[in-house]
Amino acid sequence: MQHTLEQFFRALRAADVRVSPAEAIDASRAVAVTGFADRALFKDALCATLAKSADEVDRFDSVFETFFAREPVSIPPPSASPQGEPSQEDLAAAESSPLAQAVLTGDNATIQQTMEEAARRAGVAEIRLSTQRSRLTRRLLEEMGLEEIEKIIANARRFPEQQGLAERLDQARRDLFAEAQAYVGRQHDLYAAASAQALREERLARKQLNADGGVDPVDYQLMAALVKKMAKRLAAKYSRRRHVAHKGHLDVRKTLRRSLAYGGVPFDIQFKVKKVDKPSIVAICDVSKSVAAAAQFLLTFLYSLNEVVDRLEAFAFSGRLISVNDILDDHGVEQAIFKVLQEIGFQQTDYGRALQDFSEQHLDTLDRRTTVIILGDGRSNFADPRLDLMREIHDRSRAVIWLNPEPESYWGQGDSVMNRYARFCHVAKQCGTIEQLERIIDDVLRSYVPH
Amino acid sequence: MSISNPAAAANAADPLASVDALIEGLGGVGYIASRRIATALYMAVNLQKPILVEGSAGVGKTELALSTAALLGLPLIRMQCYEGLDESKALYEWKYGKQLLYTQILKDRMGEQLADAPTMDAAMDRLHGMGDLFFSEPFLEPRPLMKALREDDGCVLLIDEVDKSDEAFEAFLLEVLSAYQVSVPELGVLKAKTPPLVFLTSNNVRDLGDALKRRCLHLHIPLPEASLEEKIVASRVPGIEAKLTRELVGFVQSLRTMDLRKSPSISETVDWARALVLLHADSLSADLVRDTLNVILKFEQDITAIEPQVVELLHRR
Repeated sequence: MQHTLEQFFRALRAADVRVSPAEAIDASRAVAVTGFADRALFKDALCATLAKSADEVDRFDSVFETFFAREPVSIPPPSASPQGEPSQEDLAAAESSPLAQAVLTGDNATIQQTMEEAARRAGVAEIRLSTQRSRLTRRLLEEMGLEEIEKIIANARRFPEQQGLAERLDQARRDLFAEAQAYVGRQHDLYAAASAQALREERLARKQLNADGGVDPVDYQLMAALVKKMAKRLAAKYSRRRHVAHKGHLDVRKTLRRSLAYGGVPFDIQFKVKKVDKPSIVAICDVSKSVAAAAQFLLTFLYSLNEVVDRLEAFAFSGRLISVNDILDDHGVEQAIFKVLQEIGFQQTDYGRALQDFSEQHLDTLDRRTTVIILGDGRSNFADPRLDLMREIHDRSRAVIWLNPEPESYWGQGDSVMNRYARFCHVAKQCGTIEQLERIIDDVLRSYVPH
Repeated sequence: MSISNPAAAANAADPLASVDALIEGLGGVGYIASRRIATALYMAVNLQKPILVEGSAGVGKTELALSTAALLGLPLIRMQCYEGLDESKALYEWKYGKQLLYTQILKDRMGEQLADAPTMDAAMDRLHGMGDLFFSEPFLEPRPLMKALREDDGCVLLIDEVDKSDEAFEAFLLEVLSAYQVSVPELGVLKAKTPPLVFLTSNNVRDLGDALKRRCLHLHIPLPEASLEEKIVASRVPGIEAKLTRELVGFVQSLRTMDLRKSPSISETVDWARALVLLHADSLSADLVRDTLNVILKFEQDITAIEPQVVELLHRR
C-alpha cells in the first residue's frame, strides 16, 4: 500500500498540489489510524493532511476519484456472452494462461490485479506525452500475458469443437484491449495532463503579442487565465507585508511617551517602523491595432492586482485620450477593450495629442507616489511628439515606465520617436510577451518595498 | 474565557472513539458537523496536530472550537489575532509595574544591604545575587499561548483569524505548533505536559505561509447543503416549525446562487430564523421577506438588487 500511496502523492504533485515529505509522512500516519476499509473516511483523512487550500481540495477530489477509481475493470461475466458459461474442456484448454482463466471465469479482481502489476513492470506511470499512449497500451498488454491468450486462440482455431472457446477469447482480447487503453488514458490524465498544460503555458508566456494577425482566439482564453495566474502570484508575494520594522532606529519620541507610564524609566523601547506604500499606478495605453493585444493583457494584469495596488487609473488613446476606468468597472476587463475601440478606435495614432489631452484633464492624477506605465510603440505618424509634456509627467511622478512591444533596434526608425521619449522615462523596455510583462510589473511592485 | 461542560463529557461515552461518535457528540453540544469536519477533527486529535480552519465569515469556524471544548470538557483559551500582535501579547510579559513598585519598596532594604559592601565590585556581586528576583515566576504575566501550554490536563487553544497577524508572528507560531513548547530567555524552555488541541482560523485576508500550512491539518468549511443547513437551523433555533425551516433554508440557498457582494452564510440563516420565530411567522410571505431582508443581506446594493425579485425567488422552488 505504501507504493500506492507514493504513486498517489506523485499524481497530486502532477496536479499542482504541493506534497512535502513531511506531509507525506503525516498522510501515512493518518492512513495508519483510519485504515482502508471506509473509503469516505480514508479520503477525508488524506484530504485533511494533504490539501492545504480550497483550490487544492478541489484538485485533490478530482485526483482521488481518478486514482482510486472504483472497479475500473468491467469485463462482462461469461454468463452474459452468447456462448454461456464456459465448459470444463474450455477451461482445461486455457490452462496455460492464468489471464485466460480469469477472463473465462469473469474474475475481474484478478484481471485488475494482473493489470496493476503489469502496469508497474511496464512503467505506465512514467507517461509524459499523449503520443506515448498507444505504445504503452501495447506494452501493458504484453506484460499482462496477452501473447499466451493469442497462442491459445491460434491453437483452438485448428479444432472445430473449440471454435466456441476461440470466439470467446477473441472477444475477451478486445475487451482487454479497451480496458488497457482506458487504464493508460487514466494514467495519462493523472501524470501527464498537467505537465502538458505547463508546457503550453510556458510557450504562451513567450508568444509575441504584436505578431501578425494578433493573438489566436484559441490561445486567448488560456493567455488571459495565465495572466491572472501570474498576477495572483505577484499579489501573494507583495500582499504579505505592509510594515517593515526597522530595528536599530530608535523612535525617541514614542519611547519617551511610553516611559511616562513607568515613572520616566524607558522600559518599553520603541523602534521606528516604516510603512510600505501601496503602489498607485496610472496606465496609459495605446490601443491602435499593433498594440491592442498587449494593452488588453496589461490591463488584465493590473486589474487582477487590486489587492496590492492602492489606486489604478487607466487611460486609452489612439488619436484622442479617454479615461477607461468607468468602462472597466462596468464591463470588466474582457469586454473593455472592444468598448474602447468602439469609442476611439480607427483614429490615426497621435502621441502628442494624447499627451496634451492627458495633461489638460488628468494631470492631477499624478503625484510623487504614482508610477506611470505607458504602453505604446511610440510611432506618432510624424506629428509633434510634445516632449515638453512628457517631461512634465516625468517630473511630477515617482517613475515613468514605457513598455514598447517593438524590439529596441526598431526604436527611432521611420516615424518612431521612442528613442526621444525614452529620455524622459525611468525605465523603457521592450514588452512583447506576457513573461516580460510579469517581470516588469514585479519590478514596479518591488520598488515600493523599502530595502 | 473558559467553558467547561463536564455533563456533556460524562454522558457521551467516548466521543473520540470514531468519526461517527464524534459527529454524534458534536451534535449533542449543538454543532451539526459534516463528515469531512468530523474526520479532520478526529485526525487532529489522533495525530496531535493543529488544525487550520478556513472558510468565509459565518460558516462556524470559531463555533467548531467552542463546541469541541464543550464536548471534551476542556477549558478553552482564545487568542484573537490582529495586525501588530507580538510575543509580549501572545506569549508572556513581565509585570513591569509590579517590578517597578517592588524595586521602589525594597529600595531602602537594598540600600542597607549594599551599604556595608567595602568596594564597588562587592556591591555589584551582591546585586547580581538579587537580580533574578525580579525576573521570576511571580512577575511573569502569562498570555494565551503560555497559559495553554501550562494547562496540565490539556485544553483547546483557539487562535482566531491568524491571517490578520503579521508574518513574523506566523513564524513565531511555528515552534509552538510543531513542538508544543516555547523558549523564554529568562526561564528556559517551557514544554506542554499535555499538548493542547489547537484550532487556527483564517478568513483568507492574505495567504498563509507554506511552513505554517504544512504543520497543520487543513479543513475548509464550505457553505452547507440544504439538508445540513436545515439540521443546523433546527438545532440552533429550538421551537421553529419544520415547514418554515425548509422554506427559509431554500430561500437562502437560492440567494447564494446569485451574484451578491456578501452571500449570506450560516450565521445569517440562523439569525434570520430567530428573527422569524420572534415575529411568530409559520411560513414565508413576500412581505415578511422584504421586511426582514436586512437580517440576511448586509449591503445596501444587495438589498436593492434582491427586493424586486423576492416573489420570483419564493416561487422558484
